[in-house]
Amino acid sequence: MAAEKSPVLFERTSALTDKVTNYCPGCLHGITQRLVAESLDRLGLADTAVGVSPVGCAVIAYEFYSCDMVQAAHGRAPAVATGLKRARPENTIFTYQGDGDLASIGMAETIHAATRGENITVIFINNAIYGMTGGQMAPTTLPGQITQTSPYGRDVKAAGNPIRVCELLSSLDGVALAQRVTVDTPSNVRKAAKAIRKGFEYQREGLGFSIIEVLSSCPTNWGMTPYKALEWLRENMIPYYPPGVYKDVKAGE
Amino acid sequence: MSEKILMKGNEALAEAAIRAGCRHFFGYPITPQSELAAYMAKRLPKMGGTYLQAESEVAAINMVYGASAAGVRVMTSSSSPGVSLKGEGISYMIGADLPGLIVNINRGGPGLGSIQPSQADYWMATRATGHGDGHVFVLAPSTVQEMADLARMAFDLGDRYRMPAMILADGLLGQMMEPVEMPDPINPADLPPKPWATTGTKGEREHNIVNSLSLVSQVLEDMVLERNERYQRIKEVEQIAQLEHTEDAELVVVAYGAASRIARSAVNAAREEGLKVGMIRPITLWPFPTKAIEDVCATAQAFLSVELSTGQMVDDVKLAVSGRRPVSFFGHSGGIVPTPAEVLVAIKKALAGEVFHILPFHSKLEAGD
Repeated sequence: MAAEKSPVLFERTSALTDKVTNYCPGCLHGITQRLVAESLDRLGLADTAVGVSPVGCAVIAYEFYSCDMVQAAHGRAPAVATGLKRARPENTIFTYQGDGDLASIGMAETIHAATRGENITVIFINNAIYGMTGGQMAPTTLPGQITQTSPYGRDVKAAGNPIRVCELLSSLDGVALAQRVTVDTPSNVRKAAKAIRKGFEYQREGLGFSIIEVLSSCPTNWGMTPYKALEWLRENMIPYYPPGVYKDVKAGE
Repeated sequence: MSEKILMKGNEALAEAAIRAGCRHFFGYPITPQSELAAYMAKRLPKMGGTYLQAESEVAAINMVYGASAAGVRVMTSSSSPGVSLKGEGISYMIGADLPGLIVNINRGGPGLGSIQPSQADYWMATRATGHGDGHVFVLAPSTVQEMADLARMAFDLGDRYRMPAMILADGLLGQMMEPVEMPDPINPADLPPKPWATTGTKGEREHNIVNSLSLVSQVLEDMVLERNERYQRIKEVEQIAQLEHTEDAELVVVAYGAASRIARSAVNAAREEGLKVGMIRPITLWPFPTKAIEDVCATAQAFLSVELSTGQMVDDVKLAVSGRRPVSFFGHSGGIVPTPAEVLVAIKKALAGEVFHILPFHSKLEAGD
């Protein structure tokens, strides 16, 4: 008798390729990337999706997603996504960007795509550091945080203050959804998945710009074990960047 | 073909772009290209297209990058300082093999410069529109009719070779009015398909990737070399120049765009005096029409490049002449347009055997009355 197939309990979501990622052990990119792919699959959007990969640790995300992908210049993903969306409004367009890309060199593109109500979904990975270039101070690096370019800790008098992106964008009329989540625990992963799905649903409904900020860890450049990094995230990042819904045009409905 | 209508150069270019099937325009305000953007703002939304005023030149060119990746004909227009800012995006378009039209209505520089006509962006356009090994097509109209014709050609060449194309004009051509015959419109749906575009897989194919990154050096070199082979092929078959009175010319003036209109008046005046002078007018600046120049080297004794710059295209003339004949230069910069009388003086000096690189600042030409 032929061996009976055991039931599939868990499998790679089809919006991801079988390419092995380049992310460091303990980094939360892998989880977030998968949540984005799962959302596209669950909503039946993968066939019409075009993703925009940034410059940063996710630069080769175009190899990980099985939908069409475009690689953008540093910070320009929202502008590239604007071009993609305006050319083919029927497609689902998302960007996947880190904090340096989105909140520093690409801040103009971010704010203006948001205020135009550009009908795209932005996945924003905030890990308070530049990962790919080896751990420099980011626009979201916390006060006092030690990085390669803030070796004595971020001195806000000299280096300025961190930017809270969701709070900033929530004042703009074009924003349909601005929500901050994290993926440090299974229950938070579920909340993040829901937020990301909501972003894509809002785009499908044509409601405008959606941004889901995901607080993430960088064990390699923070110089911590993955477990310790999660503790540091909870103790330091969450108080400064509280998870929550900062703008939701459908709130109260 | 339709009847001739009187149009501004900038508007003729815009209308011709629409007739070439372009429905997407992303730009940022700058003088002296304003009529072009204004025309698009008026027309495109009425025909289901996109006119979008971007937050910056940088954003505008990256929107062009995105729309081109999605497979549509798309363009932006700007002027010198704005084109500097677009350099990043143009380099990425080259690296990702994306077509798209960039219009540069060249003004005086460097820096904020002036808003007067200039050809001082020749080097930027033909040598380094951005970082890396790469080129864009550079087309140089000299009439309002050519503003329209070259817009169509720029889209066709760009799509055929998967490269950005630039129209390098100036405020003189952009704002002057001339009769123009518009090409027949193309329906965007009738344009050849772009199977490489990121249009969504529709579940029917493997994913397409538009990308300029390669972390493996050998892969990147292979990509750069493939592109370079394309460039060599283009240099073989896509050079365009207009030749006037070159058959018996002892001196050949080389001038493009607005400068060629002034040079033509001077060449015609010289001919009236019985002087054997001709003109080569490059229409493609990249690829530069080296063959036309090589051909006339057999008969011409000398060359004179006339430009609205301190002497940029003259480098390409010298490369094409390759030491076989003396090459002189005359030009104005900063937005000043030379008079035909000044050019005629330069022509006579060159015919007399002098070899020079003259700018008014250090050697005022006596133009006579």
